[in-house]
Amino acid sequence: MAKVIGLTGDEAVAYAIKQCNVDVVAAYPITPQTVIVEAFSEYVFNGEVDTEFVCVESEHSAMSACVGASLTGARVFTATASQGLALMHEILYIASSLRCPIVMGVVNRALSAPINIHGDHSDMMGSRDCGWIQIYAENVQEAYDWTIQAFKIAEDKEVLLPVTVNLDGFILSHSIEGIKVLEDEDVASFLPPREPVYTIDPNNPITVGALALPNYYFEFKVQQDHALRNSFKAMGKVFSEYEELSGRKYDVLHTYGMEDAEIALICLGSTAGTARYVAKRLREKGVKVGVLKPWVYRPFPEKEIVEAVKEVKALAVMDRACSFGAPYAPLGSDIASILYKSGLDIPVVNYVYGLGGRDVSPLDLEAVVNEILEVAKTGEIKEHLKFLGVR
Amino acid sequence: MLIEIRWHGRGGQGVVSVSRLLADAALIDGKYAQAFPEFGPERLGAPILGFTRISDAPIDIHSQIYTPHYVVVLDPTLLKTINVFEGLVENGSAVINTDKSPEEIKQEFNIEKFKVYTINATKIALEILGRPIYNTAMLGALVKASNLVSLESVREATLKRFKGEVGEKNVAVINKAYEELEVS
Repeated sequence: MAKVIGLTGDEAVAYAIKQCNVDVVAAYPITPQTVIVEAFSEYVFNGEVDTEFVCVESEHSAMSACVGASLTGARVFTATASQGLALMHEILYIASSLRCPIVMGVVNRALSAPINIHGDHSDMMGSRDCGWIQIYAENVQEAYDWTIQAFKIAEDKEVLLPVTVNLDGFILSHSIEGIKVLEDEDVASFLPPREPVYTIDPNNPITVGALALPNYYFEFKVQQDHALRNSFKAMGKVFSEYEELSGRKYDVLHTYGMEDAEIALICLGSTAGTARYVAKRLREKGVKVGVLKPWVYRPFPEKEIVEAVKEVKALAVMDRACSFGAPYAPLGSDIASILYKSGLDIPVVNYVYGLGGRDVSPLDLEAVVNEILEVAKTGEIKEHLKFLGVR
Repeated sequence: MLIEIRWHGRGGQGVVSVSRLLADAALIDGKYAQAFPEFGPERLGAPILGFTRISDAPIDIHSQIYTPHYVVVLDPTLLKTINVFEGLVENGSAVINTDKSPEEIKQEFNIEKFKVYTINATKIALEILGRPIYNTAMLGALVKASNLVSLESVREATLKRFKGEVGEKNVAVINKAYEELEVS
C-alpha cells in the first residue's frame, strides 16, 4: 500500500535522492540553489544517508566535482537553477562527452537581466545542446518518479549519459502536492548500486578526456549523438520496470485526447496540466482539442509526436523560453522541423509564454485554443510566433 | 469537485504555512490537494497571497487561483487596502478576521451575494499563543464555515508540522476558533 505524503517539488526530489543510494552530492549551497540540496543536507546531517556531501564555491565547481566523482564509478547527483545552470554550462558538455551518468535536478527559472527568481525554461533551453538527456516533469509526483528513473536510464550500459530532471520553478518547486512514495527497499531493488564500465583508479590508471584533434574529435561527437538517440531503447525497459514497481506508467510522450483531436497544444512541464484542464472543459462543449506533453525533450521523441499529430488541422506550440532572433522558440523550432521532415503540412503557431514566472491562466490557454481553431478553419496563420499575454 | 481557496495576509503572518496545513489535512482525509504561495516578492508586512486546491480527483491545473470558492482574510487591515473579494465565485464565502459582524462587513463592502463569516482571530491568537499570529485561528474558522476537511485531520496535520508545545497551542487555537465561529 503506497503512502501518500504532502511534499513540495523540491522536497520530493530530495526524498527520491534519499532512496537512490547516491554516493556523492556536490552542490553550491547558496542562491540560486534550490531547496532540493537544503532538504537533502538534512538527511546527511541526520545520518539517514551515507552520501558524501561536497559543498563547493560555485556551480562550475559543483559540476566539476560531480564529473570527477562520477568517473570514479560513484552514483552522483546535484541540483541547480537559473544562473547556476548557466555557470555550469562549460562542464555540462564535459559531463556528457565523458559519458558520466550524473543526475541533476534543474528547477527551471529565468535568467538575468533583469534579476528575476521565477519560473521559465530559459535556463535549460540555454544549455539545450549540452548532450544531456532532458526530462520535464508536470507535477510533484512526476518530479519524484522521474528522479528515480533517471539514474536507471543514465547508468544503463547502452546509455551512460547524464540526465536533467526539470521542474518548473515555484510552480512545482514550492508547491505542495500529495504524492505516492515508494518503500525504500523497493527503490533499492529497482536501482541496485551502479556498475561502472570504466573507472579512474590510481592503481589502474587510464586516461579520460584526452586531446582529440581534427582527425578524431568529429567521430567522438557523432558517437555521442548516437548514444543520445539510442537511449530511447533503455528508457523503454526502465518505464516497464518502473510501472511494475509503482503502477505508474511513463513514456517519452504523454498525450491527451489525440484519438479524435482536430487541434492540439504541445507544452513542456506544469503548463501541460493546465492545458489538459482547459481541454477537458472544452471537450464537454464539443471542442476537439488534444494536449501533447513531451516528457523527454532530448532526445526528441520525433516518431511519437508525428504519429500523434498527423491527423490534426492545426497546432499550438507553447514555449516558456525565447530564442532571440530565431524563426521560432526552441520547441516551436523542433516541431516545425519534424513536420517538415515527415512531409506533414500542418499549420503551427508558436507561443512564447510565462517568461519570468508570469502566470498562464486557463483563460490564456482558452484564447490560444480559439486562435488555433480559427487557423484550423481558415488554414491561415497571421503570426507564426506570438508572445502570449505580453503588454 | 475542485474547490479553490485564496488566503490573504501579510508577509510573516504564516500565509504559506496555513495554505499548506489545509492541504495536508485534505490529504489525510484521502483527498487530492495542492498548496502554493503567490509567486511574487516576499517582504515582511507586505500583502501576500497563499492558495490551496482540494479535489476528489487528481488536480491537473497549475495556474494561480483567479475564481476562488473561499477567501480567507488573516489581516483585518487588508480589507481597506485591497479588494479581497476579487474573483470570488457567486455564492462564494469570505472568512474574515475582524471584530465586526458579517452584516457590518456586507454593508460596508456592498457584497450581498457572498456568504460572510467573521471571527476575532486576533483575540484568540493573543489569548492562547500570546503572539499576533492568526493563521491557525483562521484555519479553524474556515473548517467550521466550509466543512472542506475534518477537524480531526486539521489537528493531526498541525501536530505534524508544529512539534511540541507550539503544536498543542495551535491546536487549541484551532479548536477555539472552530467553536466560536457562528454559522447560520
